[in-house]
Amino acid sequence: MKEKQKSIWVFGDYRNYYQNRVTLQLLSKAVDLARPMNAEVCAVVIGCDIDEWIMEYTAHGADRILAIDHPSLIGYSTEYYLSLVEQLVGQRDPDILLIGATDFGREFAPRLAKRLKTGLSADCVGLDITPEGLLVQIAPSFGGNMLAEIVTEKHRPQMATVRPGTFKEIPHNHERTAIVERLPLPDNLSAPRVRVVEYERAVEREHTIENASVIVCGGRGMGNRNNFKKLKELANLLGGDVGATRPVVYAGWADHGALVGQAGKHIKPKILFSFGISGAIQHTAGLGEANFIVAINKNPQATMMKMADVAISADAGDLLGSLIKELKKRIRE
Amino acid sequence: MLNIVVCIKQVPMVTELPWDEKSATLRRDLAAGMMNPACKHAVEAALQMKEKHGAVVTVLTMGPPVAEEVLREALAMGVDGGLLISDRLLAGSDTYATSFILAEAVRKACPQFDLILCGAYTSDSETAQVGPQMAEELNLPAAAYAENLEINGRTLRVRRLVDNFRETLEMEFPALVTVSMEKYSPRYASFRGLEEAFSDRDIFVFNAQDLGITPENLAGHGSRTKVRKVFIRKAQKQNVMITGAAASAAGEFLDRYQGMISAAIGKSIESKKKAVE
Ligand SMILES: Cc1cc2nc3c(=O)[nH]c(=O)nc-3n(C[C@H](O)[C@H](O)[C@H](O)COP(=O)(O)OP(=O)(O)OC[C@H]3O[C@@H](n4cnc5c(N)ncnc54)[C@H](O)[C@@H]3O)c2cc1C
Ligand SMILES: Nc1ncnc2c1ncn2[C@@H]1O[C@H](COP(=O)(O)O)[C@@H](O)[C@H]1O
Repeated sequence: MKEKQKSIWVFGDYRNYYQNRVTLQLLSKAVDLARPMNAEVCAVVIGCDIDEWIMEYTAHGADRILAIDHPSLIGYSTEYYLSLVEQLVGQRDPDILLIGATDFGREFAPRLAKRLKTGLSADCVGLDITPEGLLVQIAPSFGGNMLAEIVTEKHRPQMATVRPGTFKEIPHNHERTAIVERLPLPDNLSAPRVRVVEYERAVEREHTIENASVIVCGGRGMGNRNNFKKLKELANLLGGDVGATRPVVYAGWADHGALVGQAGKHIKPKILFSFGISGAIQHTAGLGEANFIVAINKNPQATMMKMADVAISADAGDLLGSLIKELKKRIRE
Repeated sequence: MLNIVVCIKQVPMVTELPWDEKSATLRRDLAAGMMNPACKHAVEAALQMKEKHGAVVTVLTMGPPVAEEVLREALAMGVDGGLLISDRLLAGSDTYATSFILAEAVRKACPQFDLILCGAYTSDSETAQVGPQMAEELNLPAAAYAENLEINGRTLRVRRLVDNFRETLEMEFPALVTVSMEKYSPRYASFRGLEEAFSDRDIFVFNAQDLGITPENLAGHGSRTKVRKVFIRKAQKQNVMITGAAASAAGEFLDRYQGMISAAIGKSIESKKKAVE
């Protein structure tokens, strides 16, 4: 008997594409995972007029594309997508299914997992594969400064969501080819019970910190709102942006778009300043790609200080003031 | 009259903990339970619908016996009744199991519901999975991250922001919606409300058996994921330490890394004095 071709699926989430390249990042990871298990990387693309994405996913590492292209699929209806992917998985039995933790993905993935009666781990910061083909899902563990390795032992597919920015995409290669299967819209598809009455692209949010090359992050150690606001001055001097930890967002010193970490943005600045931040794993989970980290903390033993390239042991507010003053002087010179 | 069920969870107060100025560490000893912030917004949304359209609002939680506190808090805010599901058998459930148990409770205790509200996510797990998975359990039309809810007859209109798109969705009751923290700032529990909530209002407590949940049928709906091991991520950084007064430390830092910083920000901060020397 011929052994079943193993396959890793990536859900093609292309909405909000220019801010969010998570599907390409997942394809790249899928290519890594597929190699030792000799699996095929398959992208699932659903929507209306999706050729652009079929080409894009081919150029970024997919071996096979399962495409359902139909006018009634305009509008990104969660229910249609659920039914379609549920049916495809039922027919083809993939080993692994990866989904970007976009807003859409975070609603879609848990519902799909429930329908498929399988496990799902949210917001993985790393993925690995065992020789037996078990997907090792690495995610921050609650409470401590720890990462957990999570596995879905018995149920298939093994599902995980991953935040944008966690993995690096493979560069576009327009010479790559893939098997493109264009599938019809099944006729047993019932009309969605949730009607999309209206949708429009929102005005860009102010914060696009994912792409900033300098980020000045502040935590509870900034002490108060006024001190925190001064981080903006430093960020402006450096042509950068301000990030924040969760307590700071909860306290209202910064808005949610500035949140960095497991529940927020994954950033990749050339330089990261970290003021008054302890370095909890849920925060540092978002710093995977910070190139050079400068931490300022009055506690030299803080985790953030230990994972910094330069650790400055000082009062965060004082050092911030001095740094601004000193920088202004040097930039003027 | 509408029948609304709000699922609320008690979470540790970690991020709101006072922290010790001297040792600059969290006062974990002061960790107490509180109502998960997004759940509180969901309660507020329910109360506003109650005020506008008339509704019976029931809050539902699964947790240890102390989780009754969040039900009392919701009563003080103005909901009509509370249900606590508490059983050792149910401890350690992942979202897959939790959503099954909450759905069973709704089927048993509030089968006439029109609307189930959840928080968009909890501060202790952030998975945002329980609401959507409950919708699947109960086979309901659903929407996550609602910022605004409007009712017109049996139709629910939801406004939300997802992935930079503003969406307006409509669905018929019964339905399930998870509420974001953008709008619906929760009201304070009035003192009078608090007093009443701790005296004569009814809270019902169920165990697994009351819900008809046995180890056998729970197994079929039990956790799918397993934690294999936990570990600490190691830092591999240069880790240069700079100490001293703020002004001198800032100067020392800029002197040492001026080249790198200039390159990253695309303008020179290199001291001309030094260049001349
Ligand atoms: C499921 C879940 C998801 C989460 N997601 C995120 C997330 O996405 N992002 C996130 O940031 N957090 C997240 N958290 C919270 C996270 O666990 C931490 O609680 C949070 O990151 C701590 O923020 P902090 O470092 O600002 O505060 P603290 O941990 O309170 O640290 C403050 C630091 O400031 C230092 N300090 C105090 N005073 C001074 C001073 N005067 N000068 C200099 N230093 C000073 C202290 O030594 C300490 O190191 C999550 C938690 C959970 C449970
Ligand atoms: N143990 C619980 N009891 C009641 N509601 C819960 C429980 N766990 C989760 N929920 C609901 O599900 C929402 C999302 O939770 P989570 O998936 O953990 O982020 C919460 O805001 C609650 O409304």
